[in-house]
Amino acid sequence: MAKEIGRMERSGVRQQPTLTMSSIEGTASLLRELVSHLRQNRTQLREEWARRITEAQLLTAMSKEEIFAEATAVYDQYVEALETGTFEALQAYARSLSERIIPRGVETHEVVGIVLLLRDVLARSLFAKYQADFRKLDRILDAYEPAANRIANTVAVGFVQERERVIRQQQEAIRELSTPVLQVRERLLILPIIGVIDPQRARQLTEQLLRAIRTNRAKVVVIDITGVAAMDATVANHLVQTVEASRLLGATVIVTGLSPEIAQTLVTIGVDLGKMNTVGDLQGGIEQAERLLGYKVVPLSAAAASA
Amino acid sequence: MIATVQAALTDDDLVHLRRAMVERVVVSRSLGVIIDVTAMDIMDSFASRTLREVAQMIRLRGAETVIVGIQPEVAFAMVQLGITLEGVVTALDLEEGLEYLNQKFKSNG
Repeated sequence: MAKEIGRMERSGVRQQPTLTMSSIEGTASLLRELVSHLRQNRTQLREEWARRITEAQLLTAMSKEEIFAEATAVYDQYVEALETGTFEALQAYARSLSERIIPRGVETHEVVGIVLLLRDVLARSLFAKYQADFRKLDRILDAYEPAANRIANTVAVGFVQERERVIRQQQEAIRELSTPVLQVRERLLILPIIGVIDPQRARQLTEQLLRAIRTNRAKVVVIDITGVAAMDATVANHLVQTVEASRLLGATVIVTGLSPEIAQTLVTIGVDLGKMNTVGDLQGGIEQAERLLGYKVVPLSAAAASA
Repeated sequence: MIATVQAALTDDDLVHLRRAMVERVVVSRSLGVIIDVTAMDIMDSFASRTLREVAQMIRLRGAETVIVGIQPEVAFAMVQLGITLEGVVTALDLEEGLEYLNQKFKSNG
């Protein structure tokens, strides 16, 4: 996406008839002039930018001082990128900045907003400086705009990529946390499922359960779905398949804690309830599992009396 | 009587197995038959239908069948194909299958 836009930008520049080889040389010298202008007015432009950020109520999660500190760093990186025409340093900075501000709840539109604001602040200062010489202003803008657009692009893409990385990481963490298969007694497994089940998670649950049945030589499995509010037909079907696959491995499955919504789904997709062994709550499920395994739980006093 | 399936079977092998087992069950006066499919890493619809038929035919010949050793991956692939071996007793492995049959015979006296 970034590359795409970058290419369009450059080809757009190339199409302008005024831009020949010699004017590319000219662009370089114009950029140099531009950079020295931005360096000279660093303090003033930076303050103007920070003021505009506060005015637009962006980055509200950060304090004024923080905004100013980050603004200074971004400004310097920005000017450097304009000067050198290389974006690696800026990219790296954008990534580390994103890493810092994402946990504080900074949104994509804010990041894009502040970069566009800087672009605007600098462009205005250029207008102010070259307003007497329109032709020069025109050429300066020719040099400035593509570079500025590319910078804005780099920062925004860096931010979004970092965000996606964080999201992926969290998904991974949730996935790992979410499938515990627990042995509560010899040959009795419990699989408590909490939260939303998507097809991918359902598949993972099944795989883990079937493997656990084999390694623990389980005879009875209690799948507790008290923590699942609803499931769609695909996942419900998957649940039924899991029950059947477990049976093929010689294990009986007891499903407990079905919510009314899930019961509705199961009835709607026409599950053969004869195949499903369901009990109202987890306690009941465990009790039934113990009966199936031939256990009988009695209070110690009663056991002593009968002995 | 225990029949162990060594590896993936062709359709011909399956048909042969079916005939052999159903003949043997009465000759050997078996009351229980265990089919061990641990080594089978693929179970297609023909194979599972044949297994179910074997189980039903053996029951008609007066014995009980247990299929043991279905691999977890195979089990899930089977149910996804809609093959659930309904009405056939399954167990985790040979040991479990034997235990099931022993209990069954004990309860029958």
